[in-house]
Amino acid sequence: MPAKDYLRQRFFPQIWCPGCGHGIIMGNMIRAIDQLGLEKNEVVVVSGIGCSSRMPGYVDFHSLHTLHGRALAFAMGVKMGRPELTVIVPMGDGDAAAIGGNHLIHAARRNIDLTAIIMNNSIYGMTGGQFSPMTPFGDKGTTAPSGTIDHAFDIVELAKGAGASFVARTTTYHVKEMIKIIARAIKHKGFSMVEVMSQCPTYYGRKNKLGSAVDMMNSYKDGTTSIGSKKKAEHPELIERGVFLEEERPEYSASYSALVKKSQG
Amino acid sequence: MRKVLTGNQAVAYGAMLSGVEVVAAYPITPQTTIIETLADMQAEGLGDFDYIRVESEHSAMAACIGASMGGVRTFTATSGQGLFLMHEMLHYASGARTPVVLANVNRAPAAPWNIWSDQTDSLSQRETGWIQLYCEGNQEVLDTTIMAFKIAEKLKLPAMVILDAFFLSHTSEPIEIPDKEAVKDFLPTYDPKDIWLDPDNPHTFGAIAMSDPYMELRWQIQRDMEIAKSVIAEVHEDFAHHFGRMYHQVEGYLAEDAEVLVICTGTAASTARVAVEALRAEGERAGLVKIKTFRPFPGEEIIGALKGKKKVAVIDRNFSPGAQGIWAQELRSVLCELSDQERPMVYGYIAGIGGCDISVKTIKEIYYKTLESHRPDDIDMWVGVRHV
Ligand code: SF4
Repeated sequence: MPAKDYLRQRFFPQIWCPGCGHGIIMGNMIRAIDQLGLEKNEVVVVSGIGCSSRMPGYVDFHSLHTLHGRALAFAMGVKMGRPELTVIVPMGDGDAAAIGGNHLIHAARRNIDLTAIIMNNSIYGMTGGQFSPMTPFGDKGTTAPSGTIDHAFDIVELAKGAGASFVARTTTYHVKEMIKIIARAIKHKGFSMVEVMSQCPTYYGRKNKLGSAVDMMNSYKDGTTSIGSKKKAEHPELIERGVFLEEERPEYSASYSALVKKSQG
Repeated sequence: MRKVLTGNQAVAYGAMLSGVEVVAAYPITPQTTIIETLADMQAEGLGDFDYIRVESEHSAMAACIGASMGGVRTFTATSGQGLFLMHEMLHYASGARTPVVLANVNRAPAAPWNIWSDQTDSLSQRETGWIQLYCEGNQEVLDTTIMAFKIAEKLKLPAMVILDAFFLSHTSEPIEIPDKEAVKDFLPTYDPKDIWLDPDNPHTFGAIAMSDPYMELRWQIQRDMEIAKSVIAEVHEDFAHHFGRMYHQVEGYLAEDAEVLVICTGTAASTARVAVEALRAEGERAGLVKIKTFRPFPGEEIIGALKGKKKVAVIDRNFSPGAQGIWAQELRSVLCELSDQERPMVYGYIAGIGGCDISVKTIKEIYYKTLESHRPDDIDMWVGVRHV
């Protein structure tokens, strides 16, 4: 089915700025779902607040637009109540790593079968460009006119450390790779975290003089490399892309059902 | 100095001029430009304060309480959901007697999502022990922010300055900005007196209190909320003395001989001024009573303004589901003190929910409905609800 058949066109035009990376991620999430052959009614998309979180309004699945930072907590309720459904949680970096950071580490620790797509544009876009816990040290935001002195999370390391069983990173430049990674993440039984580096030309780009959306996407091409590549060895400053971790581990909703079955004899 | 400022910029100027020492910041629409303006002020060296960028509103209020316990003047700003997330901390701030000042830009609660004006967020914090001061225009916003520090610090109770989303937060008006030295004269550096984290005289904060001391401490909050009524009046007068602008907890406009009094708060009061003038031009005896303070609730002043009147029409941009508009509810309870002859009939109207407009036309309709009907149709009457 073409991607447009998964969109709720009555909700258009969408609010994203021209050049924003979030539309690319939405398109690729849809393509991944389509490739997996999932029915629309088998998929639930849960979001919190932010530019990223507008996505559930636009896609024709079950969709919940919940509170800032709480998407994973709501999603956990959905998954425990209806474990047969596929639950995908698109989040921004502010939503996932700041106000919702606690839910992120605990969802990862439990290894519950949710797919968190962290659309990392290193800024709070919706409220106009405040720096987030994923803004690189020294970069600017409206709340850091002279550059932030906070250190950024490496969300890949955070998710690994917290117990996620599938951890990956890609960018909006690498569209083919992104579709494959999101499809693998959805198929994986357990907590999957996919970081997608996504350009916000309007605020992060402008505040930090990073040029146009195209320039920002080119910086993803030039500034990243595949995990363990020769290029990485030569240029250690490059950011790695790909699947960092994919492990079979007991999944939470399944363990719960098994426990219920056991205790009922 | 005169400058054109939005309500949010006015808040930031108020906090900066007050010599705030610690600001905690987390973005939320429609408050964000307050903390952004403060960030710029700090970067430009206009304000000498520490600016803490936190990871949620819950943390913002926690940081303010901690800073306040350290004996410094503290400030933060939020809206709607952010204020709800702070709720636990709001109780803590008053219980710990920390005079934190918070600006809340009124925003409607979710779900469904809405970012427009609605007072349900701040009014549903009524049991948290915060002083609540509502503003009608941007000059009042700036002045109230400065006064809020003085009121809060005198009472050792936290204070909330409240302004309507967009109608004030993002609307520009020419404002008189007081001189920093003059503000310092009105509001000297914060002196925490005996309660603060003093390394030479260690204290413990927030330790468990068994029932008797706990009840005593709660009673003290109530006692000080009562005292707050006269403290607020004194601070208003003191402010007028310094800056020539006088504010009142309850203010009448063309109210003396009015047959029907419209009761409004926030920006609806300024629309009501125009509506009341228009009604007077039509030969009607319409008047306005604007209420500025919600906590402590100025019962005596309200009785003073309404005693012996026939009808009052309260316009609530908020409501308590299963009960009524919140201002109407509070007002009815204080009017109980009056005898049947002296007590006006209270018509409660709910209007402007989720940012719907309360226009001059809305207020005129409310006036005529109140004037012409013998009794209210219902305990709360909804104006302008779309039924599809
Ligand atoms: S503000 Fe940034 S993140 Fe938000 S829609 Fe615009 S470009 Fe995208």
